[in-house]
Order: sequence, then structure tokens, then C-alpha cells
Amino acid sequence: MNIVVCMKQVPDTETRIKIGSDGRSIDPADVEWIVNPYDEYAVEEALQMKERTGAGEVVVVSVGNERATTAIRSCLAMGADRGILLKTEHPFGDTFSIAEALANLLKEMEFDVLLFGKQAVDDDNAQVAQLVAHMLDLPCVTVVTKLEIEGSTAKAHREVEGGTEIVETSLPSVFAAEKDLNQPRYASLKGIMTAKKKQIEEKETQLGHFKIEVIEMLKPPPRPEGRIVGEGREAVPELMQLLKNEANVI
Amino acid sequence: MANGVLVFAEQRDGVFRGPAFEALTQGRRLAGQLGTDLSAAVLGSGIAGTVEVLKEYGVDAVFVADSEHLARYTTEGYADVFSKIVREKNPSIVLMPASSLGRDLAPRVAAHLETGLITECTALEISDGRLLGTRPVYAGKALIKTFVKTDPQMATLRPKVFSAETISESKETHVEQVDVTTGAERIRAKVIEFQSSGGDRPELTEADIIVSGGRGMGNADSFNVIEDLADALGAAVGASRSAVDAGWRPHPDQVGQTGKTVSPSLYIACGISGAIQHLAGMSSSKYIVAINKNPDAPIFKVATYGIVGDLFEVVPALTEEVKKLQAA
Repeated sequence: MNIVVCMKQVPDTETRIKIGSDGRSIDPADVEWIVNPYDEYAVEEALQMKERTGAGEVVVVSVGNERATTAIRSCLAMGADRGILLKTEHPFGDTFSIAEALANLLKEMEFDVLLFGKQAVDDDNAQVAQLVAHMLDLPCVTVVTKLEIEGSTAKAHREVEGGTEIVETSLPSVFAAEKDLNQPRYASLKGIMTAKKKQIEEKETQLGHFKIEVIEMLKPPPRPEGRIVGEGREAVPELMQLLKNEANVI
Repeated sequence: MANGVLVFAEQRDGVFRGPAFEALTQGRRLAGQLGTDLSAAVLGSGIAGTVEVLKEYGVDAVFVADSEHLARYTTEGYADVFSKIVREKNPSIVLMPASSLGRDLAPRVAAHLETGLITECTALEISDGRLLGTRPVYAGKALIKTFVKTDPQMATLRPKVFSAETISESKETHVEQVDVTTGAERIRAKVIEFQSSGGDRPELTEADIIVSGGRGMGNADSFNVIEDLADALGAAVGASRSAVDAGWRPHPDQVGQTGKTVSPSLYIACGISGAIQHLAGMSSSKYIVAINKNPDAPIFKVATYGIVGDLFEVVPALTEEVKKLQAA
């Protein structure tokens, strides 16, 4: 089984975000970069699929600058076979142009399963999996919490309001991973050593067809100063009074 | 030339969901500012009789796509039909709720139409005749203001951020059936089963009130004090990442950067210290109550009202007070 995972390098979720001097993107200084957490579930799922079938390869593809090779290397250390970097210097991507760049590469590749994380935790767009699926004319299931493959059919569990949809689809197909899908493995020391010898192919890429324009990035308005109502259960009646008469929420 | 505002009015089993009304209300406001019409598209099966309620939101036209193959949502089927409606009606703005369905569908429709999409907007305005959407990025640690450069300009609206308001005067609404005789054979991914998560509690992303527990809960069983308060208030139950990672609550309950982003009227955080990861997911709540032993916990910095104390004393006392209030 051949599996391709599309992965994005993002700031660590603990990062404090500073607005950059252009006023439209973040200041990358002091940011610690990681594999997008949802993409780690996608990589883990790909590795498990390959282990179950005992054949094929797992390829990790990323769009980003030179720095993204470290994130690809982390995925190779987990066990992926090789990586491809679509190299571009554009700082804050436009989903459509990124999807186009990925689709252009992917249509030359052979795969049974194409995995994404359900969204990147930086721009939180949650669009690229569906855009790429449409550009490649493939079915796509998003927010997948469980994935079972049998022959050329897949059953994917998808979390929605009030329950779980079980979606059946034919392969090849696109899936976007949600947190519950699996428990990503840590790279072993051996994995980290082997990863150094694995291939990462870099392809210079021009992004085109921008559909959106970010005009400003700003900090969210600060919340109004709160107050400590009191200590322990003695404070409960006053809290009730405030919720009822001041906030009018109960 | 593209003209008008079109809203995807999401329904499930013939019932329109709150986020659809929120999108219609914003659509009406934007259409008013542009001096153009508001229309709604409804996809489903056997739904002709359900569209009456949309008139209360001041729509000028409703486009109804009624077909058996649209009874259950499929990405491909809905994207095909909705894109066809958008192409035919040629609106300049298309709004959709950022519900599970909208989040899945909107990008596929944008791909069909080769246009730009701003997801999860928390504010919408018209600037120089174009739609300007504000949306959180980095899980709410920053906001961006974005234009769509192409037509139609697509946006999804984060649930619970906008209010749903009906109009008082009655209005003439044109209802039109859309031809959807083909397309079923092109659908490859189909829902074969729906497993309800059960329970009567509201959905986390749609709830007016959320009661959440964190590391301070100590174990899975003690979440019953959270559940008791939630049930007394008719609220949803949430959890911090540490409570979910410890296995005390399922992941669908997680609020924060790798969970859900919520904007209820009231968010009650119990035993949650307020890691930046968690704050990102809930700090757009209208009112926040924090109950925590540690007076220095960061959660108190965002809380409207705080109580320093043992949640196992405070929360049950609060539940009692709520019950007393309701009995009065």
C-alpha cells in the first residue's frame, strides 16, 4: 500500500504569538517549530497501514521553506520512507495556491491513500485536504477518528455534532485526521539515526493563483478585567447574584 | 456581474440548525449594506414544507434542491448541487455555517468554483464594496482580516459568535425548485451509518453554557460534579487537554487548540489552570467563571468572576443554588 501524507510545519502550540513588522503575519523569531499535531496522527496512521499490509511506502510531502526539512526529518524518524519539500519562501500561505502546488505534484504520484491532518494549528483554515481532493477528483473524508481499509474500500469514522458518521469510500481517497485517530509514536534513537540517511527531495515551487488577501493581523482585544468574587463555598451566593443580575446568563 | 448574498441554510432531518439562522441574519445585514438581495439555498429530501421558517429571516428567495440522494449529507453530492446553484445564481457573497457539515463542504465548493474562502469568521463587514472577514488564527492568539480576491466571495461563520434575529415585518419570498435529477452516480464517499453519541446535553460548539473540568478533577469519576452542574444549567460538558489526555473524558469534549473552539454565553472552568492551549479555545466566551484552588492560576486573568477554593466544595454548592433558583 502506498500512502502519501501532506504535512505542515507550524509553531508549537505553547508559542506566544507576536505580530511581525509587516502587520500581516507573525514574527518568526523565538518560535519553536513542530510537525502540525494533526499531521502526526496522519503520519502514524500511514505507518500503521504500511505495517499491516507489509508492503509499499510512506511518503511525506510538505510545502514550506528550508526550515520545513526538520519537520519532514521528524516524520522520517517516526518511520516514513522518504520526503518531498515543495520549497517556497512565501510566509503565510493561501490555501488555494498551496493545494494547487500539492495537487500538481500528487497527480504524478501513485498512491492508495492520501492523508492530511484535519487542519494546521497555525492558520486553522481546515481547507487544503478538501481542495486537493477536488483538484485530483478524489473522494475525501474529514475529521476522521477511525479508519479501516479492506481491499480497495475504506470505512472512516467522522466526528460530527451529536455523534459519529461512518463513511464508506473507494480507494484512492483522501482522509483528514482528527486527534482520536491513534497515538503517534515517538521516534526511536534508531529511527532518528536512520532518518538522517533517508532522502528528502527539494523542488523549487512558485505559488500562484492567490484567492485571498490578508490585510492585517492583530492581537485579539483584551478581556475586561475580571474579579475574584471570594473564597470557597461562601462566595457562591454572590456569584449566583452576579450571574443572574449583572451578566444575565442564568 | 455577480450580485446578491446567498446563504447555505443547513438542515438535518428537516430541521434547520442554529448556525444557519446566524448566517442568514449576517447575510441580511450585508445584503442591506450592499443594497442587494438575500437568498438561501436548502438541500435535502422531502424538505419543501420546511422552508417556511426561512421567511422569518427576511430572505428574498429560497432555492430548494430536493432529491433522495441529498437526504443524507455527502461531500461530493452536496458540493455538486450547491456549486451548480451558486454558478446559476451568481451571487457576489456566499455564506455558510462553520458547522461540521459546513467545515467539510465549503472548501470543496470553493474548489469547484475556483474561488477564495475565509473559514470560521467571527466578524464580517463590507469595505470598499468587498467582504472583509475577521477570523482567529493560532487558535485565537491572533486575528486576521482577509479579503477574497475572486467572486463569489465565500466565508464560513463560527457558530454562536453571531446572533440569530428574525424580522418583524412580513416579506414576499420567492421559492424556487432547483433541478437535481443527476449527480447521485458520482458520489463515492457515502455515510452508511450514524452512531448517536446519546445523552441529552447540548453540543459543545452550540451550547449557551459550558461547564468544563481540568487536571484539578483528579480522576474520571469526579466529573460527576461537573455533570450535575451542567445538567442543572442545561449546559454542555467540556474538558481541558490534560483531562482528555489522562483518559478522563473523550476527545470530542476537549476545548482548546487541539480540541474545539467555543464561544458560549457562559463558560465555567473548574480545576483548569488556564494553559495558553486551553485559553485559545475558550477566551471568546462572553462570561467566564473560574473555580480554582490556586489564586495565581492564569485562568483568573481571563475570568469575569473567580472563586478561589476547592472545586469539590464550590461546584456542588453552585449546583444547589442553581436548583434553588429554578425551583423558585
